[in-house]
Amino acid sequence: MKLASGARQSNTFGLGVLLALVFSVLAVFPLHAVESNEMLADPGLEARARNLSRELRCLVCQNQSIDDSEAPLAHDLRVIVRERLKAGDTDAQVVDFLVARYGEFVLLKPRLSWHTLALWGAPPATVLLGIALLIIVNRRRRSALAPEAVNLTSAEEARLAELLRDQP
Amino acid sequence: MIAELGHYALVLALGLALVQGSMPIIGARGNDTALMTMASATALAQFIFVSAAFAALGACYVTSDFSVLNVYENSNSAMPLLYRLTSIWGNHEGSMMLWILILAVFGALVAAFGNNLPLRLKTNALAVQAWIAAAFELFILLTSNPFLRIADAPFEGRDLNPILQDPGLAFHPPFLYLGYVGFSIAFSFAIAALLEGRIDAAWARWVRPWVLGAWMCLTLGIAGGSFWAYYELGWGGFWFWDPVENASLMPWLAGTALLHSAVVMEKRGALKVWTILLAIVAFSLSLIGTFLVRSGVLTSVHAFATDPRRGIFILAILIVFIGGALALYAWRAPLLKQGGLFAPISREGALVFNNLLLTSACATVFVGTLYPLALEAITGEKISVGPPFFNATFAPLFIPLLLAMPFGPLLGWKRGDLLAAGQRLAVAAILAAIAVAAAFALQRGGPVLAPFGLGVAIFVMVGALVDIAERTLVLRIPLAAALLRAVGLPRSAWGAALAHFGMGVTLFGIVAVTAWGSERIAVLKPSETIELAHYRLTFDGILKRAGANYQDSVGHFSVRRSGGDLIGALEPSRRMFPSREMATTEAALMTRGMSQLYLSIGDATAQGAVPVRLYFKPQVLMIWLGALIMFVGGALSLSDRRLRVGAPRPAKASAVLQAAK
Repeated sequence: MKLASGARQSNTFGLGVLLALVFSVLAVFPLHAVESNEMLADPGLEARARNLSRELRCLVCQNQSIDDSEAPLAHDLRVIVRERLKAGDTDAQVVDFLVARYGEFVLLKPRLSWHTLALWGAPPATVLLGIALLIIVNRRRRSALAPEAVNLTSAEEARLAELLRDQP
Repeated sequence: MIAELGHYALVLALGLALVQGSMPIIGARGNDTALMTMASATALAQFIFVSAAFAALGACYVTSDFSVLNVYENSNSAMPLLYRLTSIWGNHEGSMMLWILILAVFGALVAAFGNNLPLRLKTNALAVQAWIAAAFELFILLTSNPFLRIADAPFEGRDLNPILQDPGLAFHPPFLYLGYVGFSIAFSFAIAALLEGRIDAAWARWVRPWVLGAWMCLTLGIAGGSFWAYYELGWGGFWFWDPVENASLMPWLAGTALLHSAVVMEKRGALKVWTILLAIVAFSLSLIGTFLVRSGVLTSVHAFATDPRRGIFILAILIVFIGGALALYAWRAPLLKQGGLFAPISREGALVFNNLLLTSACATVFVGTLYPLALEAITGEKISVGPPFFNATFAPLFIPLLLAMPFGPLLGWKRGDLLAAGQRLAVAAILAAIAVAAAFALQRGGPVLAPFGLGVAIFVMVGALVDIAERTLVLRIPLAAALLRAVGLPRSAWGAALAHFGMGVTLFGIVAVTAWGSERIAVLKPSETIELAHYRLTFDGILKRAGANYQDSVGHFSVRRSGGDLIGALEPSRRMFPSREMATTEAALMTRGMSQLYLSIGDATAQGAVPVRLYFKPQVLMIWLGALIMFVGGALSLSDRRLRVGAPRPAKASAVLQAAK
């Protein structure tokens, strides 16, 4: 990210911080993200291009999609996406093409594979783990509070049977 | 001279922190009241000296003393006074000064107003605060000293990063810090309780106001940052799932969970062990956030490696405090007595559900933020985890949470009646269904899920109103009687309902602007027009304007309704800052109800044409209005007498009474 000569690392804490750093770099470019001359005439195709662009990372930026970024590389990628779509590629084919070229780094939503298993598995795993813990803790506490309630002695069972027999 | 005084005050503050962190603890061990009361005195002195150091730095900025390196690097004599002041925390060293200032403020508040606390608890908590203060003061003095001088003082400073020269930055970092650092109080109380090995419902009552205050500030801080990004960055996004944003969202999620579990602990004596853990986690996440942002590890693992001094230091702070706290927790928590039992369907059960989903959401953000770093460090493989991932994983956790939200307050403690609660919420469900149907009928080509999102928002909002209606019996008893009940209702009940309502408002805004926002991108020559939504904009031309330390190229656009009548003008600009040779995009906004027209321009071509991006942002202001409502709800709750006064001291009081009898 050494694109801007004037942008030094003078960031404030919190949200502003890195965003400021990143965007101060971007602010130097006179361009906007998605320029009008890039856009396709076919609105359906253009909409697909926009949706794809939001899932693709501008490789030289920090956490920005090519749809948002003003960097020249993002411009190039947007053009590539549109060229592929015009050539008749499906969305999946466009993505595959870019992944083959730039690696999985280009995807803002990583694919499920062995090395992202922990990433995708984390949300459901936390919920399930939480539920399991709740059940275990609850069961343990209930049995701790009422330890004797379950098993009757043989004398008690005999007495119980007698009482039940007496019932009409 | 002033800088040296500030430096000296900071060194003295460190000395005081060391005293405050050791002597009172020794006193608490040996039951020495004199030593224990030292904690309050040193906490107040700590506050005075840290304030003095901060004021000294402030004075250097106000007088533009460029012989101080920090001032030279981040300020400029041409900047307005407001930005000279805000640039104190617009950089690393100064922001750490703000961090310890707020820490000292909180310490002093506990010392001054914590008279209702048991002396040992107060003493231990203040000592833990002092450890944190000492660690960060040492960090500043050794790696990030803002008082360093330059031998040959330059005549002019290098200016604050233009993108930070904005009123939003005056208030966003302080509020964020009040939130982050505010959780340190809950942390200190948790550690103090663990040191004592004893904890009861009163603990929750003492801690809750601090958690609530921190949570309110963090809510406002995050919302302020989001609003700043929205209008300053030029394309109207309000949340980017950027690691820096995530760093502030994680403590918010944990803090929200803590706020709710502390209610259960206070009212029912249950969830003690869990609440203590959350208190530790909430502040730990604040520390991790500090580490993520301050160490440069986010920019890249390599940036961290090239200048690792600060990073390593904060990492050490992290390991000592989080590791130490968790170790203490593992050791002492089993000693804590558990509280009352409750059925799964009950107020407690609902709050446990809330905690389960909030902590899972928090864990998701945590894993998503750190996974790329961890993976690269371990395997060298580079992946990106961006907004599409977070949207896909966060929503499934948050939607059930929001759906359950209106049920919680309607369930009874210990054992609730879900069916009865459902019946009371019928109104909310019906209105939500109508909203979904209406949205489907009206929307053209929006996402299929959007109307349902809107329905959830309506359900949450009406659900909060139902809660109040149920408590005041409005519509069921005469209005005057209901009003009387409304006045008599505890403010915390109003506060909770209001905060829940605010959540619905925010969700409404997010759904509306995400699903039905529209944009036009074009290059316009003077007198050309574009149309969007039901507005027509005409580009009238560009004019130059000079500001205090910048040059504006302002585009003038007249805005008409599609019908034809003029309703105003928009003046977006490109702002050039010569001192840094940087330009920023200043978007122009026009508010129509809760919606906004948002216009930003690029640099004009030689032929006088400008690239423009025009957005229509439906209901966008509701996002931040909701956060503001949450803040007000929190404030209302905080003003509740029961919270303010704190727990009564029944043991002593009743003993005295019995003796008198």
